[in-house]
Amino acid sequence: MVAIHITTGSNTPIFQQIVAQVRAAIASGRWKVGDPLPSVRSLAKELVVNHNTVAKAYKQLLQDGLIDSHQGRGYFVAKRREIYTKAERVRRVRKLVQPLVSEAITLGLSSDEIVSLLKQELGKLRQSDE
Amino acid sequence: MSDLEPDQQCDRFAIHAAGLTRYFGDQLVVDRLDFCIPKGKVTALLGLNGAGKTTTIRMAMGLLDPTRGECRTLGENSRELSTRTLQRIGYLVEGHYLPGWMRVSALERFARSGRAHWDADRFRSLIEHFRIRSDQRVGRLSRGQRAGVSLACVLAADPELLILDDPALGLDPVSRRALNEALVEFAGGTTRQGAARTVLLSTHLIDDVERIADDIAVMIGGRLLVHTSLANFTTRVGRWMLHVDESGVSARFHRELHGLVEARRACGHWELCIANGDADIKAQIARALEVGGGEANASIEQMETSLNDLVIAYLSTEGSESFREANEHVGA
Repeated sequence: MVAIHITTGSNTPIFQQIVAQVRAAIASGRWKVGDPLPSVRSLAKELVVNHNTVAKAYKQLLQDGLIDSHQGRGYFVAKRREIYTKAERVRRVRKLVQPLVSEAITLGLSSDEIVSLLKQELGKLRQSDE
Repeated sequence: MSDLEPDQQCDRFAIHAAGLTRYFGDQLVVDRLDFCIPKGKVTALLGLNGAGKTTTIRMAMGLLDPTRGECRTLGENSRELSTRTLQRIGYLVEGHYLPGWMRVSALERFARSGRAHWDADRFRSLIEHFRIRSDQRVGRLSRGQRAGVSLACVLAADPELLILDDPALGLDPVSRRALNEALVEFAGGTTRQGAARTVLLSTHLIDDVERIADDIAVMIGGRLLVHTSLANFTTRVGRWMLHVDESGVSARFHRELHGLVEARRACGHWELCIANGDADIKAQIARALEVGGGEANASIEQMETSLNDLVIAYLSTEGSESFREANEHVGA
């Protein structure tokens, strides 16, 4: 079930790469609520990274409320819950939307095209959810 | 100079050096090193060739006496490590001699003789990991396989402290990966007695460091300039991009920057690499620009940078006074 890829020499630290890919797997519905995550040691071994790096990524995911840990049983995808206020969630997404919009405009895309691209991506997520 | 009390801090540190200094003739190779390698962590020792890494490691192993200062390894003075302590240390140096006429099985018997403990299963699984058969002659093995068999000889003795001097030098990518896999798995475990394992690794391969290290220690010209966690290093050493009207600003404005590692002009902007524990580097750049006659409101952005680029920028420094001063902040 692990489909995490690590790139060294990238601008993104390895623990953040793990966090981002687990988040994406949960957001897309590939990993469902209650699914077990690999143990820290086995993921470290699989990715060939220091186990503290994996532990750090899991700690971040726990803090963000995306996974739960059950003593002795490991880590599981958590039931969706809101740990940030609506305003904070919007702020986090806006930070990502801004560079997207400026890149799209620089490349000469129209507003409609940008909106349609977003809709297509949302559609893909919904399909994998079904 | 001997600042260390016997066994002081030996619970927390695998290696503890104070004022460690070594001359070869009149050449100063290691210059007053003070450092502590915490137990249970993987520390990567980085530096250009000739920076003093191997000499430091050899002193920690008791293979070379310091000219001045002291190093305690697993709580003992490295000048007089007992056999018992040496049994707890694994040492692997690139290209060390292996008897080519021996078969791997005979080499294993040779390596385990005199060892207090030998994990034959680990030895076997490691040589299999490097695709080696025990009936092969050592002289017929590839370079990567020889590194694998050396590593197996060291790890099968279940060391608590593993010291590797440039173990991946000259290895092909597949052997390097096998080596990293073995190290990650080994470092993540504990010894038979339940002690956390400590690894000190000197290397030039930053991609490997990024994967396997907790901490990095950087030596430049015999001095230890940084010893901190990888995360801290990438936070406090940063690349900044400046868009500024060239006409108004002195070409030497950056001389004022505390902790400047590198400054270069590239197509209409400045790129600065700054290592400084002080949080507000942006304000510092703005001030330096003002002093240099430029606009304080020039656009100043932090650039996303890989560990590789940061280390290269860091190692290529001339080691200016301001850089050295500022890097007291970056330290652990």
